[in-house]
Amino acid sequence: MATVEQSRLPGPGTSGVAVALPAEPRRLDVARVRADFPILDREVNGHPLVYLDSGNTSQKPRPVLDALTEHYTRHNGNVARAVHTLGTEATEAYEGARAKVAAFVGAASPAEIVFTKNSTEAINLVANAFRNGTGRFRVGPGDEVVISEMEHHSNIVPWQLLCDRTGATLRWFGITAEGRLDESTLDDLVTNRTKIVSYVHMSNILGTVNPTARIAARAREVGALVMLDCSQSVPHLPVDVAELGADFIAFTGHKMCGPTGIGVLWGRSELLAEMPPFLGGGSMIETVTMERTTYAAPPVRFEAGTPPIAQAVGLGAAVDYLTGLGMDAVRRHEEELTAYALDALATVPTLRLFGPATPVGRGGIFSFGLTGIHPHDIGQVLDAHGIAVRVGHHCARPVCARYGVPATTRASFYVHTTTAEIDALVRGLDQVRKVFG
Amino acid sequence: MQLDQLYQEVLLDHYKHPHGRGLREPPAAASVAEAHHVNPTCGDEVTVRVAVSGGTLADISYDGLGCSISQASASVLYELLHGRAYPDALAVHDAFVALMSGRGQVEPDVTVLGDGVAFAGVARYPARVTCALLPWMAFKDAVARALGNPTIGGTA
Repeated sequence: MATVEQSRLPGPGTSGVAVALPAEPRRLDVARVRADFPILDREVNGHPLVYLDSGNTSQKPRPVLDALTEHYTRHNGNVARAVHTLGTEATEAYEGARAKVAAFVGAASPAEIVFTKNSTEAINLVANAFRNGTGRFRVGPGDEVVISEMEHHSNIVPWQLLCDRTGATLRWFGITAEGRLDESTLDDLVTNRTKIVSYVHMSNILGTVNPTARIAARAREVGALVMLDCSQSVPHLPVDVAELGADFIAFTGHKMCGPTGIGVLWGRSELLAEMPPFLGGGSMIETVTMERTTYAAPPVRFEAGTPPIAQAVGLGAAVDYLTGLGMDAVRRHEEELTAYALDALATVPTLRLFGPATPVGRGGIFSFGLTGIHPHDIGQVLDAHGIAVRVGHHCARPVCARYGVPATTRASFYVHTTTAEIDALVRGLDQVRKVFG
Repeated sequence: MQLDQLYQEVLLDHYKHPHGRGLREPPAAASVAEAHHVNPTCGDEVTVRVAVSGGTLADISYDGLGCSISQASASVLYELLHGRAYPDALAVHDAFVALMSGRGQVEPDVTVLGDGVAFAGVARYPARVTCALLPWMAFKDAVARALGNPTIGGTA
């Protein structure tokens, strides 16, 4: 009898059964998260800071600030050139950050992670390769580059420059009235003339999260490369480069709890190996004579000069911090905020939302207008109440033009955002309407 | 900083009820030019057209898209400068620029700046100074073009 009962008890060998059950997704303890961000304690214009501008730049949690201080106070040395202890420690920290970032986005190896100064530089690096490269990294008259109307200027201007200088043609996806990428023109846009399709994963102005499967499949079919601007997605969603079906992604440290001055280009290793250097200088060489130079292998080939060492270390700490929270939990938190914000903003008279009005396929970025009130004035009145939003064209002027407005007001969320802060925004907008109504 | 120091009633009045707004056909026999200025950080824009006749700013007309500060500023500019002799207008222009560049430390002279003194609070908000100056910079460009090319003004 006792034997039978015992056999029903889960023993050590059967514990895998419990793991196979769907795990309850982790939730963020927002009060604890907020305690990690010292800046959230400050007041602005006599009110507690309500920071709704994380899409512009994120605030920094204590572990990231500590990592920067620790690096400069204990381990500061130049990387990849000093034999002394500090140089070795700095090199290990810098390369350790590269490995952390690689793991964070599912890169096949740390060598696929190129540190840049920001997303803009990462995109320029790839665009430049098409100007100076050979084989598939070469464009000229008759070749086409495809972007979208939803892009940040950083994913428009480098391609315009490339096309201006090579004679290639720039084409783009449009945006639907609801704020989605118009994929209906996919087969006409992406053809055997297309060399690269570069578009945004999550729009910095509309909040739209673009599906990637169809475009990736079509690009593969016609032999085009795919680059995704993940500046807004990597900080807020679990991103795995293998799942995206992309060849390159760009993102930036300062929007994901890290320092400014550090960005990332991920590229498939065989493509990076084919690409010519970007900037020339120290570190990126194999050997130099007065007549010629041979170049180092990626990623070092693309990291000329002393890199942003402390910033990389800080980004590594940011990746650790976000991993500790769990990117699934971050996404879930922001999904809940998004649903709440859509309902809350719908109660504001005359508010016009730019971007998807349903909480599906969108993140925690909300651009809007109030009838007859300019975004600058909205932002100013909100700031007087301690509420920080961004106003303007958000470096995505074609999106504003698409909707016939010169500018919008944008609230963007992050791990420390609360529903109470969304309520404060709604109350702030009432104040705006009192001043300008 | 109190919001009502920035958004003074006079300023909001000019915003809600702008004076002289809309681009107009210039009087005959005037030197005409216009300038289109954009604030690249926010996308605000203004076009200012001036008609100079016999050393006088016979008309100043304008159109634009922008915030309360930039639009009220254009309205005040019109009210202060149209019909004035060019050197007088330049002195008012310089006084307004000095007020805006003064970070709140310049005491405005109401006899020179009229309703322009309502912009004193704006000078304490560096991010908004460019809004206030947008039409004034366009005005200065337009006048320079009108005086530099007395037959017909250019557009940019």
